[in-house]
Amino acid sequence: MIDQAMQSVLGWWQLLPGGWRLLLWNTGKILLVMIPLMLAVAYYTLAERKVIGFMQVRLGPNRVGYHGLLQPFADAIKLMFKEVILPTNADRFLFLSAPVLVLGPSLAAWVVIPFDEGLSIANIDAGLLYILAVSSVTVYGVILAGWASNSKYAFLGAMRSAAQMVAYEIAMGFALVGVLMISGSLNLGHIVHSQNGGILHWHLLPLLPLFFVYMISGIAETNRAPFDVVEGESEIVAGFHVEYSGITFAMFFLAEYANMILISALIAIMFLGGWLSPLQGIVPDSVFAIPVIGLLLGHGIHWLIFKTAFFMFNYLWFRATFPRYRYDQIMRLGWKVFLPITIVWLVIEGLAAYFKLPPWFN
Amino acid sequence: MKRRLISWLKSFFFWELFQGLRVTGRYFFARKFTIRFPEERTPKSPRYRGLHALRRYPNGEERCIACKLCEAVCPALAITIDSEEREDGTRRTTRYDIDLFKCVYCGFCEEACPVDAVVLTRFHDFHFEERGQQVIRKLDLLKLGDRFEEEIATDRQTESKYR
Repeated sequence: MIDQAMQSVLGWWQLLPGGWRLLLWNTGKILLVMIPLMLAVAYYTLAERKVIGFMQVRLGPNRVGYHGLLQPFADAIKLMFKEVILPTNADRFLFLSAPVLVLGPSLAAWVVIPFDEGLSIANIDAGLLYILAVSSVTVYGVILAGWASNSKYAFLGAMRSAAQMVAYEIAMGFALVGVLMISGSLNLGHIVHSQNGGILHWHLLPLLPLFFVYMISGIAETNRAPFDVVEGESEIVAGFHVEYSGITFAMFFLAEYANMILISALIAIMFLGGWLSPLQGIVPDSVFAIPVIGLLLGHGIHWLIFKTAFFMFNYLWFRATFPRYRYDQIMRLGWKVFLPITIVWLVIEGLAAYFKLPPWFN
Repeated sequence: MKRRLISWLKSFFFWELFQGLRVTGRYFFARKFTIRFPEERTPKSPRYRGLHALRRYPNGEERCIACKLCEAVCPALAITIDSEEREDGTRRTTRYDIDLFKCVYCGFCEEACPVDAVVLTRFHDFHFEERGQQVIRKLDLLKLGDRFEEEIATDRQTESKYR
């Protein structure tokens, strides 16, 4: 019975023209990434409320479903059925295209993320460059949202976010230059491969300052606390998305959380060896040959998820701990602290590469 | 010089930030104080002044004798009483209204009452759904008294030596 079904499905598959097959195959791959990502975003919002609640000695949402586990769906349904309000003097086209411009790139960047050995939607050689390029496009969406709303709060928020994101993009870019210097490749898969050989071979140790710069710039880049002057609830209401409601607001929300997960995944890939197991080189190789335990301890997508989850938790931890930076302090940190640190460390790294410092440069 | 160096090193290695993270990290695992309200309730004092009620004697006779002391003492003028002589010759209320929007829950009515008829119960999470419902009538008050009689009686018992 099942064989027959398989046969007929395979038959249909063979009958399809080549172009269609490619389209369906790629759509399937995209869905395979997007659906878990959307679920992760949904539950990340719940986790945020829970974690911050716990750190404030509260319980967080616990009414919808068991311990509030259905809360994200309740929120999503509520947002979907709310009215999308268009401000009278807003530019309709720009106003409605801004959320798409914000959400689009933050999802598109997931195309090059290698989840496991050869497991990515597109294996681009210039993957790192692609991510830098795509994630910069988000700024346009934010500026457009602030401009099209025709509201002073939104406009102020957009201006702040433009300045902040541009400033931290540079520090971030320099940190990535360090990564590509040490790995010798822009392909994210190759970057992970260059960290093969145990926990000491990861880029975390030789690039420690760049790791911290990248992590903090990542927080600033996604406009999260303590760098959330862009939203600045107590100062400018909600920043660039004050005028957005219903599903348009939900798209900004989604984009923000998708970006946070993306940055966490990138940190895990570039500094912590992506899908590589931290136990490699510590436990004997024969352990990895044991059927189930070996699969769990060996390389695999679960290590990437675990590392990503750690940095995702850090985002929430920071938000629960640190007060908001003042605007001039943010600018000072970006231009006067992070930029010099990255440049100095690039020089040190260059020297290390010149003298072929083991085990990273050989 | 040395102090400046130390403070520079501290800020460079995120010393204070890590200390802050340690605090929130500790509270993450701390016991939570939230009361899940409808299921869990905070303990209330026997002297708690919540919603009003009119009590009855154990034989079912209402206690109130329409002396109107509560009406007189009420600082918010929330109580309205009309009375008449019943067939058996006793004086009873025909109307006993309490406007809960006017009431300040001071408990003076309970203290003024010579027969312990009007009392304030521990019941505090009541609500109204329509205009006019904030004035509770005599029959509703008596019903409330019947509903909470056990609690009211024990609370008055435990507090009797302080009155």
